[in-house]
Amino acid sequence: MFHAKVYVTLKKTILDPQGKAVEDGIHSFGYDYVTNVRIGKLIEMDIDVSNKEEAEKIVREISEKLLANVVMETFNFTVEEVKE
Amino acid sequence: MKKVKFGIVVFPGSNCDHDAHYVAGEIMNQDAKLIWHKETSVGDVDVIILPGGFSYGDYLRCGAIARFSPIMKDVVRFAKRGGLVIGICNGFQILTEAGLLPGVLLRNKSLLFVCKYVFLRVENAYTKFTSACKQGDILEIPVAHGEGNYYTDPETLKRLEDNGQIVFRYCDKNGNITDEANPNGSLNNIAGIINEEGNILGMMPHPERAADPILGHTDGRKIFESIIQNVTTSQVIVNFVAERS
Repeated sequence: MFHAKVYVTLKKTILDPQGKAVEDGIHSFGYDYVTNVRIGKLIEMDIDVSNKEEAEKIVREISEKLLANVVMETFNFTVEEVKE
Repeated sequence: MKKVKFGIVVFPGSNCDHDAHYVAGEIMNQDAKLIWHKETSVGDVDVIILPGGFSYGDYLRCGAIARFSPIMKDVVRFAKRGGLVIGICNGFQILTEAGLLPGVLLRNKSLLFVCKYVFLRVENAYTKFTSACKQGDILEIPVAHGEGNYYTDPETLKRLEDNGQIVFRYCDKNGNITDEANPNGSLNNIAGIINEEGNILGMMPHPERAADPILGHTDGRKIFESIIQNVTTSQVIVNFVAERS
């Protein structure tokens, strides 16, 4: 069994108005030195296969097909074995 | 005269399906049927409407899950065969997620849900969805969305512009394309685009909400009239890119 964490983020070239609004909030209580706030998604899942390569292949396919829209987003992920 | 058969797909969370059904059936006096998303065939229809709403609660991304609904396989088959498909609002988002139209609809630049009447300039009146309009006509049709900010990469944008695939742009009441008239931050004020073959249209504004005179505006009827004209007459616009040049 493997546990995957997929991080989906907007491409750097895409304006993130949500991140900008949160950045304004951070600045409003004094942390002026915080910049480039961007908001993304974390998606976790368990995958019941026997080897890590296969788990990674599956996560990549799922990410490309569904979890991220590659027109506007990029993704990266980690896969770790779960000890029973 | 032969009636045009409209099929309106109903996803869990669609909420403009009955409006579209009412306008096609009652206002335009055509045949209209609702198609549940679990169906695997669209059946005998001339045109498919993917309606507005919040399919699957907009979970993950707008339209991202709806494109995997069982009916979508047959919608894609219908579209690839040249069948007319119009995606309105959430329907437009589904068409981009399904890869039937290029680009994506991002969160509105303002972060606000925008619900109001806007003006649209008809940029291409040589399509099967706009042939009842004149080039440059200004239509007053409402928008209602939180994610309508059209984005695509520069090469695709250039191709859309060069091919005349941008069908509607947000404008002011005199037809000027300005930042103030842009409700969501869309690139080049894009409100609606069509595929290269000319049979798949996606638009954020809601023509079905501007069709019943009781609601005050009827400009949206032009879209339905165009579709009906093109299905019922032998007048076939084969290639609008060629027609324009």
